[in-house]
Amino acid sequence: MSCWETIADYGLRSIGIGERLLPREDFTLCQQVTLIGSGMIWNIYFGFMALFSGFFLATTVAMGKAAQNPWLRKPSEWFIFVFRGSPLFIQFFFAYFLFLSLKSVSGFFDVFTSAWLGALVVLFLNTAAYSGEIFYGALLSIPKGDMEAADAYGFSGWARFRKITWPTMLRLAWPAYTNEAIFLFHATTLVYFSGFPAWKQKGDALYYANYFADKTFNPFVPYPILAGYFILLTLIIIGGFGLINRRLNRHLPQNTRSKIRLRPTLMR
Amino acid sequence: MKNLLIGTAALAMMAGAALAESHSVVRMGTEGAYPPYNFINDAGEVDGFERELGDELCARAELTCEWVTNEWDSIIPNLVSGNYDTIIAGMSITDERKEQIDFTQNYTQPDPSAYVALAGAEVDLAGGVIAAQTGTIQASYVAEHGATLVEFSSPDETVAAVRNGEADAVLADKAYLDPIVAESSDVAFTGEDVLIGGGIGLGIRKSDTELKAKFDAAIQSMKDDGSLNALIEKWEIGETF
Amino acid sequence: MFSYCTDPATLDGLTWLSCYLTTGKHLSIYWSVGTVLLLLAITAPVALMFGFGGAAAARSRFAPLSWLGKAYIAVVRGVPDIAFFLFFVIALDQGFEWLRHQVKCPDWDQPIRQGNDFVVCAEAKLPLGNAAQWVHETYGFMLAVLTFSIVFGAFAANVLFGAMRAVPRAQLETAEAYGMTPRQTFWRILVPQMWVFALPGLSNLWMVLIKATPLLFLLGVEDIVYWARELGGAKTARFTDYPHPDWRMWYFFALLVFYLAFTRVSEIVLDRIMKRLTHGQATTGGEAQRKAA
Repeated sequence: MSCWETIADYGLRSIGIGERLLPREDFTLCQQVTLIGSGMIWNIYFGFMALFSGFFLATTVAMGKAAQNPWLRKPSEWFIFVFRGSPLFIQFFFAYFLFLSLKSVSGFFDVFTSAWLGALVVLFLNTAAYSGEIFYGALLSIPKGDMEAADAYGFSGWARFRKITWPTMLRLAWPAYTNEAIFLFHATTLVYFSGFPAWKQKGDALYYANYFADKTFNPFVPYPILAGYFILLTLIIIGGFGLINRRLNRHLPQNTRSKIRLRPTLMR
Repeated sequence: MKNLLIGTAALAMMAGAALAESHSVVRMGTEGAYPPYNFINDAGEVDGFERELGDELCARAELTCEWVTNEWDSIIPNLVSGNYDTIIAGMSITDERKEQIDFTQNYTQPDPSAYVALAGAEVDLAGGVIAAQTGTIQASYVAEHGATLVEFSSPDETVAAVRNGEADAVLADKAYLDPIVAESSDVAFTGEDVLIGGGIGLGIRKSDTELKAKFDAAIQSMKDDGSLNALIEKWEIGETF
Repeated sequence: MFSYCTDPATLDGLTWLSCYLTTGKHLSIYWSVGTVLLLLAITAPVALMFGFGGAAAARSRFAPLSWLGKAYIAVVRGVPDIAFFLFFVIALDQGFEWLRHQVKCPDWDQPIRQGNDFVVCAEAKLPLGNAAQWVHETYGFMLAVLTFSIVFGAFAANVLFGAMRAVPRAQLETAEAYGMTPRQTFWRILVPQMWVFALPGLSNLWMVLIKATPLLFLLGVEDIVYWARELGGAKTARFTDYPHPDWRMWYFFALLVFYLAFTRVSEIVLDRIMKRLTHGQATTGGEAQRKAA
């Protein structure tokens, strides 16, 4: 069986398209790369959806925590505390239990016990809490000169937030937020590992890496493949976030050394 | 010819001496979550059929043994990289596994696997949702035979999945399910038992032929004098030899 | 543990619970809490050292060192910690044993890799095959610490690297204008000032580190999650004196409380540090402090 056939058979296996059975013999490099790559679809789906939806909640929560009004501040603080304070591992466990019990109450919750929605909800709340804390920290570190300048120019209310506070907050938070984005994508590997069961052997990259490690009894092939995929994904995230970072920092004086710094094209 | 024989004998003795050195302590790797084969008892120690069996085998082979627990997922990689010397964890002898590690002769008869479902429920075993532990022979069996496989990382969770309605039935070793069914009224055996594995043996590194020979001999002696059968009956592991 | 615990089947209510919670198995879970705390206590400074080294290397003007630092940050950050944990411990272990093998048994004539098997001479085994169980456990624990430190060191390096760049450029220029050498500028101006910028990131990292500890069981260390799953699973009367249905929820709930409490304590401590570091800084936080004072 050529590698192209393998890709045709297993390239979309993780979402249920292609061969029904996973490979049972040979376990060629091609099969491993294809299936683990197929699993990456789920990692990207979880990571991207959670990050995107979480960003908005995070901004809201950060503003809430920085607010003077206790009715805004306390819920934000508690939300951040609970989700940052407990391991994702345990959150998945509880979410799964919770959705299972809700399922018996109403049919509406049926879909929540499947990973694609249930795990996404957990990841969304989780990243919102982590990013919220980062944004909140950044809010406090905004140089006072910036705010004074904004006041002097007559900015206030929404305009001040939109034009000064928010961009500065993002700029300061960006390196840490990049970290959070990377962590989040990495955390998606926990979905099938500890939290939600895999149905019909449709799982994420780690699930398939685990499958191969289990079948070949050799962890030194599938996990490095998985690592390779994630390094690629991380480089893309760093690249994308780096572009935004450059845009956020474009008004600042350049560090003289950064101009001559050699960067392999891979890193961009 | 004679010289050759002496040569081999000398070599064997040397290997034996080396073995005595490297295996002054034999580390027994187990999972500790699969009663009655192996589990952690109230005192926090490894207990069960395989604990008693292993201790007896070590005594007969005149080895000092130590018990180690390891996650099922990484139990073979840790064996081949030398973190312990045997796997004694209810591991069925299969061709797939035999390509990677050696097994001693089997110390149980091929144990039937059985389906357990909610008591009184009509279950479509061929096309329904069947739970199994990831990486077990039962999981492969379900995947191959058309039912919808749903996998969990521990044996516990597979049974829990049937109780909470995630899965229609669970497929696992009958000896594991037996005490659960016996003590609870909400679940019951259903359908026919299936024979999947080839009996359970000790997993040993392929390079470790001396140790394999010692355990093989010890198992044989336990089979011969009936003490293995006594253990199997005591822990209700299925058919005796 | 208690004298009345000899026949648990006759007990009920609180007495039963007091016996149940003091079985040898439960003592193991209490021990494992200590293990987790110890791991954190060792890992945090070691990871920070890795991070500091990585960040300083990445900033180095000597290009290869800078590449090395950046490659370390990029590669380790690029891989999910769980993937590291699944094969890194075995890889580290084999790496150490291979090194020792080269040193201790130079005239070993058999291949080290026999099929799948990794075979080194008996003297090179780590720990030695006949070592006591606690040596094995300590060694496994140290491997876990090393793995954690390497992984979180890269993230710390990234945070510190960012923080070093966030220190206002004018400060460094002033230092240069005063005739400080690059080394002096680094240690006297940059390092003391970068912490306030690094702290939000580092505290985040600390929280992530705390919550990576449930993955310890992957490294062969029997941690609280391992025991919670083991103790919480349904138990039948044949194998225990304390049969019970699936109680994992309660055990995990206890873990949740433990982690939340731990986080709360960490937050309070980190807040204090942040207040100290913010003191006198030209930021919104520093300004608020100044006004309040």
